[in-house]
Amino acid sequence: MTKNSGYYHRDRNWHPPAYDEQYKTSITRSPNFAPLSFSTGISEETGPTFNQNILGPLDHDLIQNFAQPGELAIGPRIIVYGRVTDQDGRGIAGALVEVWQANAGGRYRHKKEGYLAPLDPNFGGCGRVITDADGNYEFRTVQPGPYPWPNRANDWRPAHIHFSVFGHAFAQRLITQMYFEGDPMIWQCPIVDTIPSKKAIKTLIAALDMDRTVPMDARAYKFDIVLRGNRQTVFENRLEGL
Amino acid sequence: MAQKIKRLNETPSQTAGPYVHIGCTPSFTGIDVYNNDLGDSMVNANTLGERISITGTVVDGAGMVLRDTMVEIWQADAAGVHNSPQETRGVADPNFTGWGRSSGNAETGQFRFDTIKPGRVASRDGRLFAPHITFWIVARGINLGLHTRMYFAEEVEANAVDPILTRIEHQNRVPTLLAQNDGKGSYRFDIILQGDNETIFFDI
Ligand SMILES: [Fe+2]
Repeated sequence: MTKNSGYYHRDRNWHPPAYDEQYKTSITRSPNFAPLSFSTGISEETGPTFNQNILGPLDHDLIQNFAQPGELAIGPRIIVYGRVTDQDGRGIAGALVEVWQANAGGRYRHKKEGYLAPLDPNFGGCGRVITDADGNYEFRTVQPGPYPWPNRANDWRPAHIHFSVFGHAFAQRLITQMYFEGDPMIWQCPIVDTIPSKKAIKTLIAALDMDRTVPMDARAYKFDIVLRGNRQTVFENRLEGL
Repeated sequence: MAQKIKRLNETPSQTAGPYVHIGCTPSFTGIDVYNNDLGDSMVNANTLGERISITGTVVDGAGMVLRDTMVEIWQADAAGVHNSPQETRGVADPNFTGWGRSSGNAETGQFRFDTIKPGRVASRDGRLFAPHITFWIVARGINLGLHTRMYFAEEVEANAVDPILTRIEHQNRVPTLLAQNDGKGSYRFDIILQGDNETIFFDI
């Protein structure tokens, strides 16, 4: 028998620092004081659960979930799939994955968004899915376009999809972004560059997977997500599962 | 004997950006894809415990209220038990989710949670935490979601022995974690990202 005895501490040198002068908005939104470090307790080792029955039939399909009957969102059709695991490689079942993105022209459906690329009347830009027993998820969408944003004089976001992920514990809560293999804009983006190491950045770049591609329908990109793992205290003589 | 354990790195965080509401509270932005926004209701008519509301704003280092933030809270029920399969100490009130999510008022940026006052929970070494609510704040310009806790100002005795509050070196900053009650169950809890009265954030 094993028992959760606390989550591994976050490696704060692997994550982006709060303050990064190249990403101007972070300058006034970054705490000055060092955060108070302490071990997780039951308040952080628990978290909300989400039942499959909250999902509508098209929640995972951004091509259709906002489209008029008989119509489809415009853009390169893709499948995004992967596995949510903890740091020890264990699949996380029942993890809620919420995604949002711009349309194929790089435009978000939001009233504060002013980019001149047009809205797609059949694209809302949000989707969600809950992982299966092994931690797998999959959704369908159109590949989002790059877009310019007000930061330095000429900054563009690489094509990306935003991810919000719940594990089993509130300590695992994570929001991140997925990028696409081969996009040269990744290496020019100050938001990507908030992440200190190239090695860490590469874990956010989804690989084109021709084996998973559906012929005459949609290409596939694979994006695995790792949430924090926890120390297991062993009771009896041996580790469970070994 | 010492062996290098090969552990995966956590997926690195990226900012939630300006449009987090599209993904997490789409109904709030007028995108009607889901039936409702998750986390918009924590209680029902049968929830046990003292009803409270929590309102506040998230303020940046220039004193501006953020209007593009998303705040989530997680807490125990009135008996100090979490509604989670990971809870090991009992069964929580089935009429209380323990989890709330607020995108804030579009004009004022003010978040609001209608919930109940949590009971006390024990730390790993058995000492009791004062009643508290875990907060998680994301927004454009926040590169890694910020964890903090709200405690209750009127819980003077419990706060005085809380394992976290008593460990804070800068005791003059503790009031940044204390919500004030107006006497009618409405609590005020502002989150100051930077500068004077900067909220204590946690690396948990
Ligand atoms: Fe974006």
